[in-house]
Amino acid sequence: MQHDDVIWDLIGNDSFCSYKVKTKTQRFCRNEYNLTGLCNRSSCPLANSQYATVREEKGRCYLYMKVVERAAFPARMWEKVKLDRNYAKALEQIDENLMYWPQFIRHKCKQRLTKIAQYLIRIRKLTLKRQRKLVPLSRKVERREKRREEKALIAAQLENAIEKELLDRLKQGTYGDIYNFPIHAFNKAMEKQEEETESEEAEDEEEPVTREFVADDEFEESDLSDFEDMNNLKGSSDEEEDAEEESREEEESEEELEEEKTKAQSKGKAPLKGPIRKKRAYVEIEYEQETEPAQKSKAT
Amino acid sequence: MVKPDEAAVQEMDQAEIEVTETKSESGACFPPTFSVSEIKNKQRRHAMFLKLKEEKRKQKLELKKKKKKERKVLGDQAPPKEVPKTIENQRIYDETTVNPEDEEVAFDEGTDEFSAYFNQLTNPKVLITTSDRPRGRTVRFCEQLATVVPHAHVYYRRGLALKRVIPQCISRGFTYLMVINEDRKVPNGLILCHLPDGPTAHFKISSVRLRKEMKRRGKDPTEHVPEVILNNFSTRLGHSIGRMFAALFPHDPQFVGRQVATFHNQRDFIFFRFHRYIFKNEKKVGMQELGPRFTLKLRSLQKGTFDSKFGEYEWVHKRHEMDSSRRKFHL
Repeated sequence: MQHDDVIWDLIGNDSFCSYKVKTKTQRFCRNEYNLTGLCNRSSCPLANSQYATVREEKGRCYLYMKVVERAAFPARMWEKVKLDRNYAKALEQIDENLMYWPQFIRHKCKQRLTKIAQYLIRIRKLTLKRQRKLVPLSRKVERREKRREEKALIAAQLENAIEKELLDRLKQGTYGDIYNFPIHAFNKAMEKQEEETESEEAEDEEEPVTREFVADDEFEESDLSDFEDMNNLKGSSDEEEDAEEESREEEESEEELEEEKTKAQSKGKAPLKGPIRKKRAYVEIEYEQETEPAQKSKAT
Repeated sequence: MVKPDEAAVQEMDQAEIEVTETKSESGACFPPTFSVSEIKNKQRRHAMFLKLKEEKRKQKLELKKKKKKERKVLGDQAPPKEVPKTIENQRIYDETTVNPEDEEVAFDEGTDEFSAYFNQLTNPKVLITTSDRPRGRTVRFCEQLATVVPHAHVYYRRGLALKRVIPQCISRGFTYLMVINEDRKVPNGLILCHLPDGPTAHFKISSVRLRKEMKRRGKDPTEHVPEVILNNFSTRLGHSIGRMFAALFPHDPQFVGRQVATFHNQRDFIFFRFHRYIFKNEKKVGMQELGPRFTLKLRSLQKGTFDSKFGEYEWVHKRHEMDSSRRKFHL
């Protein structure tokens, strides 16, 4: 009470106080013993010789009290009383300790205790829930990983690997009868068509496998509109296939091979419709077949 | 103070003499005591270094020419071309590499958590979710994943604890739980948990490309069950991860759909691609990339379902031990 007003004049309303934080509308006090957190005549711990606060440390609440008698002994100025964990009992303790103190301080202490108790409950609840773990990333490591990933991508040659795998699966026959392509042996047999024995052997090999050459006659470009370079390739492959077809069919007519002929629709695309079938340049050659080709049924 | 300079100058002169000598007689080495780094003057040192490099390059070129001539001369009997060293060539042999005929491994795989799937007993059903409050990119990524993986359902996380989600999933018959973790609006982690009591793998996701960012992509994937390609999973750990991926997809791929999902492991990075293929003839296949693409890197493999505190980890990526050698890979 001795110098309170003087102290307040010195640090108070428009003066400088190192604990003061000024915003546009309000003044705050950063002093740890401040009861309300605002910079007021009644809340300033420096400008009130008789003062009390509630503070919490590691989950326990303490009541701090300061009286005039101890103003000369800064080391012993604040009296620390441990408050009970029970909220109601703590309130009683505050009442008991601050029995004849001004109403303002008593009230504010209890309010502060309430707030502290609430946030402690919240902390305890949150720790039970899922904690988000922040894992720090080292920039150097991230950069290194990124570079290694790029190099690995280049080394992987993904498209080639996938294509190879798919072709292997085709060769092994995992796709069954969906695709009908000539096997390598058949191609070779075609080249060595002068020697009948060889071609006969090839013929024997072929029959159980029933892998045949795909006729592209009914191949519709509209089916492959998705593919960019399909059109270019198809043009050439068409010619190739037509030429090969011719030579083979000549062969057939010569040697009367028995083959089944299946059409391109079985490649698994949308079913072809009859009237939309495009006329392409093709050579009509008669050939002998053992069984009737099951074309019509496969067109559906 | 004078002496080192003199010595340096002498060295320089000597070096220059050496250099001129070597220029006249190609293939000669520098004397063993001389090294470019001993010259104190930066400019001279730099000049010497460049000369040295020139020399080396010339020598290399000459060697190449000689070899080429020899090869021409010898024709068929020439020694076979040397295979260049690649990281894959130089890879440190991993003792856990699986031998295809290994019985122990075969037995293990017959009785592990995926045996039910591989014996055609169960069909996969996948639940895809994210971490809390996913941003747009992650949500779209989840949706696209759901189109790639058949029988996949996307659910929002809404702050649920995974430990509580897992029993519910099991009771509803899900076989897989996929949680996409997000950081800074971008997916960066994947937790793949095989449900009944299966292993949980935690991956780092990088380089996510959504569908609309793909160049030259095709139309959206259809409902057909895609094929699966698993490449380069060679070690025991790689095998288990490969089986994990395989068990995501149903058994019978519908070849009519001509879709293929690829998990390609290269240097411990797993690249995921989703393509539609078409066989142009028996030697050529055309491919079109649909679908999202991303890269995974395995961070840890845990034995049971997701339990970060008490789980038993089969494999954890320890950076200081495992990243020290450039030629050592674990998958």
